[in-house]
Amino acid sequence: MAKTASPSARKARATGRRSPLASVSLLVIGLLATGGAYAMFTTSATAETSSQVTSMVSQGQKLFAANCASCHGMNAQGSSAAPTLIGVGAASVDFQVGTGRMPAAATGPQIAKKAVQFTDSQIAALAAYVASLGPGPAIPEPQYLTGKGNVATGAELFRVNCAMCHNVAGAGGALTQGKYAPNLHSVSAKHIYEAMLTGPQSMPVFNDLNITPQDKANIISYLTYLNKNPSPGGLSLGDLGPVSEGLFVWIFALGSVVAITVWLTAKSN
Amino acid sequence: MTVDTTAAAAAPATGESDLPPTTGTRVTNWAANYIDERTSISGLVKELGRKIFPDHWSFMLGEVALYSFVVILLSGTFLTFFFQPSMAVVTYNGSYAPLKGIQMSTALSSTLNISFDVRGGLLLRQVHHWAALLFIAAIGLHMLRIYFTGAFRKPREINWIIGFVLFILALAEGFTGYSLPDDLLSGNGLRIINGMVEGIPVVGTWIDYLLFGGEFPGTAIIGRFYSLHILLLPAILVAALGAHMVLLIVNKHTQFAGPGRTEGNVVGSPIMPVFAAKAGGFFFIIFGVIMLTASFVTINPVWLYGPYDPSPISAGTQPDWYIGFADGALRLVPPHWEFMLGPYTVSMNIIIPILVLLVLLALVAAYPFFEAWVTGDKREHHIADRPRNAPTRTAIGAAGVTFYGVLWAAASSDLIATHFMLTVESVIHVLQALLIVGPFISYHVAKRICIALQKKDREVALHGFESGRIVRLPGGEYVEVHEQLSDYERWKLVSFDDNAPIMLRPNKDGKITAGARLRARASNWFFEDRIAPVSLTEIEQQHHEHAAVES
Repeated sequence: MAKTASPSARKARATGRRSPLASVSLLVIGLLATGGAYAMFTTSATAETSSQVTSMVSQGQKLFAANCASCHGMNAQGSSAAPTLIGVGAASVDFQVGTGRMPAAATGPQIAKKAVQFTDSQIAALAAYVASLGPGPAIPEPQYLTGKGNVATGAELFRVNCAMCHNVAGAGGALTQGKYAPNLHSVSAKHIYEAMLTGPQSMPVFNDLNITPQDKANIISYLTYLNKNPSPGGLSLGDLGPVSEGLFVWIFALGSVVAITVWLTAKSN
Repeated sequence: MTVDTTAAAAAPATGESDLPPTTGTRVTNWAANYIDERTSISGLVKELGRKIFPDHWSFMLGEVALYSFVVILLSGTFLTFFFQPSMAVVTYNGSYAPLKGIQMSTALSSTLNISFDVRGGLLLRQVHHWAALLFIAAIGLHMLRIYFTGAFRKPREINWIIGFVLFILALAEGFTGYSLPDDLLSGNGLRIINGMVEGIPVVGTWIDYLLFGGEFPGTAIIGRFYSLHILLLPAILVAALGAHMVLLIVNKHTQFAGPGRTEGNVVGSPIMPVFAAKAGGFFFIIFGVIMLTASFVTINPVWLYGPYDPSPISAGTQPDWYIGFADGALRLVPPHWEFMLGPYTVSMNIIIPILVLLVLLALVAAYPFFEAWVTGDKREHHIADRPRNAPTRTAIGAAGVTFYGVLWAAASSDLIATHFMLTVESVIHVLQALLIVGPFISYHVAKRICIALQKKDREVALHGFESGRIVRLPGGEYVEVHEQLSDYERWKLVSFDDNAPIMLRPNKDGKITAGARLRARASNWFFEDRIAPVSLTEIEQQHHEHAAVES
C-alpha cells in the first residue's frame, strides 16, 4: 500500500490535486480513530471481565476435566455414555449440576435429583466453561424469577402444557419405562425456568417462541403461589387426587368407624 | 321401672305404680294417648319397639352406610342452594386468584363460589364428598360381612338383591356427583364414559349422542346428571332403602351361634329404648368422624383442576375409589384387541372390560341363588356362619375380593409405579397376571386356612387348649395337661351346620338328568373336604378318656 501511495502523493503535490484515494484513506483513518477511541474508553472494563471470564472458564475446564469428562469427553464432545455438551448452554449446566442431577451417580431410566455436589461458584464456572464451547441458552434473567407474574395465566398455561406429566398441582407423575415427571413443589424458580428452556431428560423444550419469557414467568408465579399457599381444604394428601382420598377414607375414616363399632359392642370385663 | 313413651303407648291402662305420677310422666302419657287415639300407632310401636338387634361390631356396618347417607342428604341439600348446573360459559371473578378472569362453565364457577365465597361452603362440600366415599365404603364392607357370614341365605335372598341394587345406585350417585363440578378431573371421567359408551357395537354412538345431547361434551350433560343426581337416583335409593329396612325387620336380624341362641329367636337389645339410644348416639359418632375428616383433609380440590377443556389431562387422573375397578379393567386390557369388521371398528379393548364388569356384578347379585341351588338347602337360616365353617363359600369370596382388588389396584398403576420406583409397564403386566392367577391362589389359600381353623376348633373343642403345665406320670411319662373349655365357649365352636354333598339319585321317572349330575358335582365341590362339627357323643367319649388319663 505504501509503495503505491508514494508516487501518487508526489504526483498530487506536483499537480496540486487530491489523490482519488485520499477520501478512502481518510475514511480508514476516521474509522481507526473512532474504533481505537472506543476501544480505549471501554478497555479497562472488558479487560477485567474478560480476564475474569477466562479464569472462570479455565476453572470450569479444570472442574469439567475432573468430574464430567469421563462420560462427556475431555472436550465435552460426548461419548457412548453421555451426550455432547457443545451448545447446551449455561442454563442446562446450571439446571443439571444445580439440582444435583449431574454428576450422575449411576445410569438408570432417569437420573434423579440428589444432594448438590458443587458450590455456587463452581457451578457458575462449569456453566461458563460449557457456554464458552458454543452458543446456547443462558441462565435466565432474575426479572422472570420473581414469582410476581399473572398466576391465572400461569395456571392455565400449566394445565395445558405441563399437567399431563407433572399433574395439575405439580405433584409429578409416571412416564413410560420407569421414567417419571418429578414433583415441582420445592424446585426453585430459576431451575423451573431452565428446565422449560433446555428440556432436561424426557422433558420437551419450551423455547421462547413456544412459551414467551413472560409466560414462563407466569407459570413460575403459579407454582410459587401453590408453594406459598397451603390447600384451602386442609391436608392436601400429596395432591394425588382420588387415589389418596380413597386410601384415606378406607384406612382412616372407615378404620376409625370400625374401631368405634368394636368398642361400642365390646363386652365389659 | 322407668316409664317411657313406648310403655305408655303400648299399655296406657297398666301404668300401675306405687308412686304418684310426676308432671313429666303425666305430660308424656297425655301426649302418647293423644297421638295413639288419632293414629292407632301403638301396635306398630309395640311391634317395632320390641324388635331385637344382636350386638356384634360387624352388624353395625349397614348402620354406618345409613348414617353416612343421612349426612349426604343434609349436606347435599345445602349445596343445592348455591350450585348452578349450567354449562353456560362465564368469566370467573371470585376470590381464588389463580382462576381469576378464566372462562369456565357456570357449574364450575358456582362450585368455586361455594368453596371460597359461601360461608361454610367448602366445609359442607368436603362433608358431602367424604360422606359419599364413606357411604360406599361402608356398603362394600357391609356386603362382605353379609357374604362371609352367609346372611344372604333363605329368607334373606331378596334383601341381598335390594342391597345389591342400593350398591349400584350408590355407584351411580357417586359418579353423577363426581361429574357435576365440570372441572378438568370430572370432565376427563366423563370422556372415559363417553368412550366406553361409543365402544358398544352398533348402538354405542346412538346412545352416546342421546346421553350427551349431541357431540361430547355438549352443553347438556351437567344439567341432566344434576336431575339424576338430586332427583331420580335419590328417590329410587330412598325407596329401596325403605324396602331394605322393612325386610330387615320382617326377616329379623341374624346372630352368631351361642348358648341360648337358636334359629327361632334373636338375642340382643330391643329397639326401644336401648338400641334406639345407642343408634342415635352412633349416628352422631359417624357424623363426627365425617365432620372431622372434612375439616382437616382436602377432597376434590376443583380449584387446582380448573375448568374442563378436552385438550389437557392431568397426570394421576383417577375416578373416585368406587369406580376404580372399572378404570382398572380398562387399564389392564392388552393392546391390539381392536379389529375391523368390514368398515366397522370392533373395540374389543372396551367391550371385554365392560363384559368383565357386568359379569362380575351379575355374579355378586346371583350368588345366593347359586349357593341355594348347589346345597339344595331349603331351610331358613338365622344363625350366621363363621366364615371358616363355610370354607368353599369363604374361598369363593376371597377369590372375588382378589379379582376386584387387582382391578382396583390397576386404577392407580401409575401412582404405584412412581411411589414404589417401578416401571408402569411392569406394574400393569404383574397386575394382568394377578388378575387371572390371583383368584385361584387366594381361593386355595383361603380354603386351606378355613379348614385348618376348623381342625383347630375341633381339636380345642375335644381336647381343650394347651395349658403349658407339664406333668410327669408315675411311669416316667411326661404329658401336658389340657384345660377344657367352658360349655359356653365350646358352644361357639361346635354349633354349625354339617352339610353333606348331594347324593346323585334318579328322579321319579328313574332318570338322572344332566342338571342333577351338574348339581351333584357342584355340591361335591362345595362340601367334599368339609370338617364335620364335633358331636355330643364325641365330646362325652373324649371326656371319659381324659378322665381315665388324669385319674
